[in-house]
Parts: sequence; structure tokens; C-alpha cells
Amino acid sequence: MTTTDGPHTVNRRKFIGYLLGGATVVAAADLGMVGRGATADAGELPTLPQPAEIADLSDLLTLAAAPTSQLITVTINDDGTASFELPRTEVGQGITTAAAMLIAEELDLPVDKVHVTLAPARPELLFNQITGGSNTIHAMYTPIRVAAAVAKGALLQAAATVLGDSANKLTSHLGHIVAPDGRRVDYGRLSALAANEQPETVEVELKDENSHGIVGTPVNRIDALDAVTGTKQFATDLDVADALPTMVCRAPTLNGTPNAVNNADEVRNMPGVTHVAIVPTGVAVRASTFGQCIDAVRALDVSWNDGPVAGMSDEDALAGVRAAEAPAPELPAGETVSGDFTFWFRSNSAMDTNSAVADVRDGRAEIWASLKNPNVAQGRIAEAVGIPLNNVTVHVVQGGGSFGRRLFDEPAIEAARISQAMGVPVKLMWHRADDARVGRTHPLATSRIRACYAGDTVLGFQQAHTSIETDFRHGLGDIITAKAADLPAGLGNMPFAQVIFQLTTILPYDFGAVGQSLVETDTRFNTSSMRNIYSPDVRTANELIVDQLAQRMGTDPLEFRLAHLRNGRLRTALETAAEKAEWGKELPEGMAQGIGVHVEYKGVTACIMEIDCRPETVGRKVRNAVTGPRVTKATMVIDCGRVINPRGVEAQMQGCVNDGIAMTLTSSLHLRDGHFQEASWDNYFYTRQWNTPPELDVVVLESTEPPGGVGEAGVAASAAAAACAYARATAAMPTEFPINHRTLSFEPKPYSPPVPQSPTDGLDHTY
Amino acid sequence: MPEQTFVVNGERVTVDVEDDVRVLWVLRDLLGVTGPKYGCGINVCKACTSHINGKAFNPCAVPVGELSADDEVTTIEGLPAQTAEDARGPHGLHPMQEAWLERDVVQCGYCQPGQIMAAVALVRKVRDEGRTITDADLDGIRNICRCGTYTRIREAIRDGETRM
Ligand code: FES
Ligand code: FES
Repeated sequence: MTTTDGPHTVNRRKFIGYLLGGATVVAAADLGMVGRGATADAGELPTLPQPAEIADLSDLLTLAAAPTSQLITVTINDDGTASFELPRTEVGQGITTAAAMLIAEELDLPVDKVHVTLAPARPELLFNQITGGSNTIHAMYTPIRVAAAVAKGALLQAAATVLGDSANKLTSHLGHIVAPDGRRVDYGRLSALAANEQPETVEVELKDENSHGIVGTPVNRIDALDAVTGTKQFATDLDVADALPTMVCRAPTLNGTPNAVNNADEVRNMPGVTHVAIVPTGVAVRASTFGQCIDAVRALDVSWNDGPVAGMSDEDALAGVRAAEAPAPELPAGETVSGDFTFWFRSNSAMDTNSAVADVRDGRAEIWASLKNPNVAQGRIAEAVGIPLNNVTVHVVQGGGSFGRRLFDEPAIEAARISQAMGVPVKLMWHRADDARVGRTHPLATSRIRACYAGDTVLGFQQAHTSIETDFRHGLGDIITAKAADLPAGLGNMPFAQVIFQLTTILPYDFGAVGQSLVETDTRFNTSSMRNIYSPDVRTANELIVDQLAQRMGTDPLEFRLAHLRNGRLRTALETAAEKAEWGKELPEGMAQGIGVHVEYKGVTACIMEIDCRPETVGRKVRNAVTGPRVTKATMVIDCGRVINPRGVEAQMQGCVNDGIAMTLTSSLHLRDGHFQEASWDNYFYTRQWNTPPELDVVVLESTEPPGGVGEAGVAASAAAAACAYARATAAMPTEFPINHRTLSFEPKPYSPPVPQSPTDGLDHTY
Repeated sequence: MPEQTFVVNGERVTVDVEDDVRVLWVLRDLLGVTGPKYGCGINVCKACTSHINGKAFNPCAVPVGELSADDEVTTIEGLPAQTAEDARGPHGLHPMQEAWLERDVVQCGYCQPGQIMAAVALVRKVRDEGRTITDADLDGIRNICRCGTYTRIREAIRDGETRM
């Protein structure tokens, strides 16, 4: 592995850690030890505009400057288990399991003896508490191992006293320290003996990565048992005293605001309802059950102020993007191939809708929510409810998916405001209709590409990507950069967008004069990344043009790519995929294979999909569903550097394949008359069982490169592979994504009332 | 307020709540049975899938007043007890849950209680029809998984079928 030499590094395996004082072993490592903390693609920080005045800045800098401020700790408990508070959020991506594996490895403990919980907001961590850009493992790989190694060292020292042998003669075995003569003592007994009175700096040597016995082997998720027994708790499952179900009645146009409630008393008297309150985002109701909240939301008579996009359709949004497009850049002389692609709005709605529990009373605020940026949330909540930062506690809860959503904190802020307005604790849950219509979306974008060639040489490749603004106002996980990104008129957001675009859209081919540019416009929509940021769109456009170039030159798409790739790891991945997918095999007319590759998150992916576009497949019927072309087989190969948990990587790649298929073939939001029309999962066509590939192979390549991210790594290659396969099967290059966007495949639900009533005929549909 | 009486996971319960409140909210908000999840409230996503008298149903679409005192509602929490003790797996769970663990199906986990309850009902249904699960049966499962765990769900159902 490579590490940045710095104050905490002794050599490639030796590091400095700390033993903290306390009643048991508390071992620590500095999160800032390897490079900088979390950025879009760790290591490089955008140059930030300096905010003129930030209220919390000096407080935060003081906190951050304390000698222990950046520490993460591993604690040995008296029952022999280890505990670790991960300053990240688990939303399904498997980081708690990976962290437990790293600790188990270094400590020589079974994985199930390591308890990983999520740390609450720790403002002193500054840049080090954002879960984004698939960066967790990259940033935490060394610090977690160092802390665990320090703990192990302390246990060995204590055992030397107990066993009367010198520490270097002792060995460890699954939670015990063992003497050469076989006598043993367990970690639990040693935990108090090994405790330090005073903090101490220690040098540790990490295990040789080549002798890892747990890391690199397939391990099942540590939360799987809770999940399959229904005991895994999400925000809405929490039992916080008196936090009754709460929902918000929202405006009939996107981001509209309430003017007045005309029947508050009447609604307050409805069965189960306890409170009605106006908040900036709508009218909140609190009741004994969510069902009664739905009834109350539907009964409310509210006068609304229109939102900023009232009357607009997605064609209007597209016209705005078109107007912002920069002139296409010059290319060298030669034959040209060009494409102009549109990517419509897409929803990152997770299964677990936006939700939060809040108790804001008596000058204190306590919030529970799944937040990838708890520090930013803490600062914003403090501001929203006018309570000093140190009286605001933010608990981080596991999330039922995120896909970009939980980088933002609007449900937490909304819940805090509601609790404050009502004077009681609340459990806020967004209705699915709200989540789909008002929740964040991947912005609408266009991508224009021109490539030129002479003979079999590509001379130049220019791509101009133009998008509705992608919101990066979450900053880098701390309130300072979040404030910087929030400068007026999108000025603060723009540098973030530019840097992230440049960091994530690498064109992996030798194509002469390559240029890729980004222009963003229009800040009125609720946007964010969506299982990843620009790359699924950018790479889909790229790969379609790559196929065009190959065709012009009369070369096979695989051969063409292999001849032009300038990344050895990617070449291996693509060759592996081609072999596994039997590239070039005979297929009936109407079926074809397509290739997509991608470099991001310190790793590479290559995907080959086989699609069936024959009429009998495209026309197959499923009630209230979009069927269409079926990807019958997908092969995904990833080299993500040193693999922590191959089973976890496989799972992430399968998810990425389904996301890529949805983006290319089926899933988009439709803006009409100032509102998104989708209000349920039978409106928004994320991949379902009838769309998922019946055959799906994932190959995780072995690698000695530093571990990279996997949560989003496979989406771009998948989206591109689906598009290229579709183009080849139909002999026509698609230019809009998803390909079915122009057909509205459902009957839109009303906007007013904003949420649909639950049906009553469930007993007629048992099976 | 009307009294509602029915059986949840083998235990008879009585709750004071209006007839029209859907069973999902009675379970989650009043009884604290949070295994069945909310994903849409309109019988579309299937995250709330549970069993009534042994058949899959979606409690978000059933008013509690329609249940009678002998109606048996089983949620994911009560699934293991649906199997004889000696037919449970190494974790003491229903064979389908064990298959789920073995294949490490879960990602965020939010949809999975509903997926498992749907899978058990599907196996029982095709068995009643005197056949085994086909690709078409798997294609027809409506439970959505936004994390995209479909492949592992399919594998686990086939495995769970052989264990059931
Ligand atoms: S919540 Fe019951 S089907 Fe979606
Ligand atoms: S596991 Fe996350 S929604 Fe299915």
C-alpha cells in the first residue's frame, strides 16, 4: 500500500497511535493521518471561495484544534468484545461490516465480537464526517487499523504481566492472548488491566496486508440478522418517548409555501390528531398514527404561494439548459462523429422515505436521522431553531438507502422546526408521494460530443456537459464549507461542481485532444447526486460515441476499446468481462451485447450487457409496470484495489447494474405544470424483478492497489453498457435517457390533496 | 373509540382505535411491531407485506375494522414461530430467513422483511398448485428493492424453497 508520509507515519506499516486514559482500553488513531479526509475523490480539495463571515468558524476551529479532536477510538469491553463508533453513515453500502472486519483482523477477534455503531455529529471532525463519493474505506482504512493495533498492543502488555512472560513471546488467538506454554487470558479480563491512566502516544506496526485472514475474504453483513428478523431500526422505527407520527401537507407546485390554513381547528379535532402547525415547507400535522396524519393532510384547506417553477414542464427546463450551452469547442480537421444527448430528471428516492425524529424544547434540540453530513445538519438545525450549537445533539441512524439523498438534511431541519412549533417531540415521515415529488432529483442534463478521426486514429474528442445545477451545498461534511457552497446566486456551489466534474469524468481512452467541460444553470430544483454524480450520464454519452467511432472504422467495439484504452487495470477488467460474457457470441436478431467501462473511486469497472429488444419481449405485459427491452445478462468486472469484503463488493456491483439499467431504460421524473408527476413506485420505474437481468455475474479482481470505493463505482459502466447494447440491438443510437421518457406510462395522482389515500381492499388481494 | 381485537404473532391483542385506520399503522404506531415497513401506503411497494391467516397481504391497504378476533396476522417478527422448532435453521429462524442469511441478501435491509414474507407466501402458493418456483414466478414478484438486491433474492427464494 502507499501512505502519505506525515507526522503519523513511521514507515509503510509503522504508525503512531494513542492510548487514551480510562477504565478500560481505549485506543485511538488520527483520522487526518493519511492525506486529507473526505472529498469527492479523496485527496484533492477544491479551492473554496472564502466566505466573508461565518458565525461558527472560530468555535469550530477551536474545537478542531484540540489535540484529540480528530481521533477515532476502538474500545475493548470487559466482555472481551470491541466497540467502535464509525463517523460515517451506513445506508446499505456495507461500511459497518467492512470496519468490523478491519478491526477484527488487527485485533484477532471474531467479526461478530466487534460492535460498530454510528457516531453522532462531531463538529470537531470538520472535513472528516461526510459519507460521500464512496470514500469511506479509502479514508478510514489506515486509521481504523492503527487504533485496533494500538488496542492489541496494550492487551499484549497487560497479558505479559498476568502471564509472567515478555510481550513479544505472546501471541493472540481469537480474543485471547496465549503464552508459549499454552496458558491464555481473554481480552475481557485484560481490558481493565491494560487501561491507561494518562493518555500516551504509541508506535504500532500493522499486520502485513498479505497475511490478512479476514480482510479480503467474503463476510456476511453484520446487520443481516437484524434485518431479516425485522429488528434493524430505521428512523421511523425508533421509540422516542412522545414522538408521535407527523406528516406535512405540501404545496401543489414544487417548493411552494403555505400562506394560511383555513380549517386548522377542524383538522385538529379529527380522530387521533394532536397538533397542526405551519412551517416554512408546508403545514405539519401530528397524530397517534401515520394513517390519521394522512387523513389530516388530505383534509387540510391551505392557501399556497406558488413555488419557483410554477407552470414549468421538463421541456421548459430543457430549453433553459439548451440556452446555457456553451458553443462547441474547436476540433482538429478530420471526419467527425457527433452526438447530442438528453438525460431527464431522475429520482434518488430511497425505500426509507425522508424521515427524522426531533425533540426541540426548552432551549435544547435532540434529533435522530440518517445523515451523511451530521455536522452540517447540526449547524443548520442550530440556525433554524435558534439554539446554540452545543445544545443541539444529532444522532445518526442507519438509513434505508440513500443514493445521494442523505447528504442533505432537510427532513432533520423540518422535523426540528415542527417540534419547536408544536412544543412536543415528533416523528416526521415523508409520504412516498412527497419523497418522489419534492425530494431531491438527479438534475436534467445534456451532453454534446464531437469526435474527429483520420484513418484509424482518433484525433480529438470534445464533450460539453450542461446541467441543471447539482446541489453541493452539503459542503465537505462540515458547516464551514457548506456555508461557503451556499453563497448567493449559486456562486459558492459552482466551484464544487467544477472540481467534482473534473475529478469524476475521466475519459479512459487515447483520443488525441480530449476536452470535457461543465456548465450548470438554474438553481430552482431540489437536486443532488444520485448513486453517483455526473459519470453515468457523461460515460453513457462517451461510450455511445466510442461505438460510433468503432463502426466508422469498421472495428469491433471490444477491439476498438482495447486498442485505445490507456489504463492497464481497465484493460484487464475489460478482457476479463469479454471472456466471461462471451463477447461476440451469436445472438438472434433484436438482441445484442454492449460495453461500458469506467474509472472512478480509485478503481475501474467494465460491464458487458446483453439486451433483448425483440417485439415479444418488449411487449410483454405486467400490470401497472414498464417492461420494454430486457437486459438478459450482465457481466460486471471490478478492480477496486485491495478488497476488504468481496461479498460486499459483489452486492454493490449487483445494485449498480440495476441502477444503470433503470437510468438507461426506464426511470425518470416528469415535470408538468410546476410539479413532478410521479407519486409512487408504480409511477417511477426503478428496476423491478421483471426488468432485472436473469443472469448477473460479478467478478471482483484481486489487486494490491490501495482500497477504493465501491458503493457507486459500477453505475456509470452499467448505464453505458445498457445504452450501447440497446443501440446495437436496434441499430439506432438512442439520444434521450431513459429511452422511454416520452411515454408517460401511468395515470398521475392528484396534487391536491398532495398525498393519496390508502386503499381499503387489501383483503381482496391476498395470496 | 371502538375496540379492535385480532391475533398478532400468536398473541391476541385489543387496541382502541377507529375502524378505518389501516392495519400497518396499528401494528407500527400503536403496537410497536415495526418489522413491516412503510414504503408507499398504497399497496404498491410491498415493503409492508405480512401474512393474514397464512396468506400474504399488505396491511397498508386493510382497515383494522375488517379484522375479526380470530384473524391471525403474522409479521416478520412472528415468522420463525410458523415453523416447528426442529425445522428451524442454525439461527433459530424460518428456513426462508436462513436462506436469506446464507446468501447475504440484505443491503440496507428496509425492503427485506416484506421480501421474505412475500417469498414464503409464494413458495406456499406454488406448492398448493403442485409445482415449484419458475423464473416467471420470480419475475412476477412486485416487492421493490431500491438497493437492487434482486439477483440474491431470486437465489435465496430458490434455496429457501428447498429448505421449506
Ligand atoms: S407500504 Fe404497503 S405496499 Fe407499500
Ligand atoms: S435492501 Fe435496501 S431497499 Fe431492499
